[in-house]
Amino acid sequence: MGQVAEGMTAKLVAAFAPEHLAVIDETNQHHGHAGWKESGETHFKVEITAAAFAGKGRVERQRMVYQILAADLAGPVHALALVVKAPGEA
Amino acid sequence: MSDNAVFDRIRDEIGNTDVVLFMKGTPVFPQCGFSAAVVQVLSHLGVKFKGVDVLQDPSLRQGIKEFASWPTIPQLYVKGEFVGGCDIVREMYQSGELQQLLADKGVAGNQAA
Repeated sequence: MGQVAEGMTAKLVAAFAPEHLAVIDETNQHHGHAGWKESGETHFKVEITAAAFAGKGRVERQRMVYQILAADLAGPVHALALVVKAPGEA
Repeated sequence: MSDNAVFDRIRDEIGNTDVVLFMKGTPVFPQCGFSAAVVQVLSHLGVKFKGVDVLQDPSLRQGIKEFASWPTIPQLYVKGEFVGGCDIVREMYQSGELQQLLADKGVAGNQAA
């Protein structure tokens, strides 16, 4: 796992104690796209399932995640796809 | 340069048009896969929308993120309300919630598409 992915994983674990978390570097799927860099770690997908998201709407859930990863989004991360769930959701 | 000028412009855009998509590129030539995906959903639903290309204006590109407290683009607005970005639009489309939202807001589309 790259440095950026490791950093994001640590922040998300600390903030949400997720029961499921996957930080997936999809940079290779965006070869040559805007923001893409040879070094990788520009395009990510994050799947996260945590109790903190229960009862929250879609927009609020994503804002909660964006807030924790604000520095990454302002820095090296160009694109971030999110799948945010509460435990028990399909 | 003040935030207010950019915010005023954004309020104008979303106040004057039912469905507005702040995106990278144009609906005909999207410059980003995530923007393209939302264009595709709206087009599939036959929804008339206005695409605003944030790449044409750095202050808008930054301002729209602050306006919505949402750090990414695209951003979809229906009747002045922020709906979400690419993930949310796709999820809502797949579950039928987007079609319901548009119908509830009285936005005409081609639901049979």
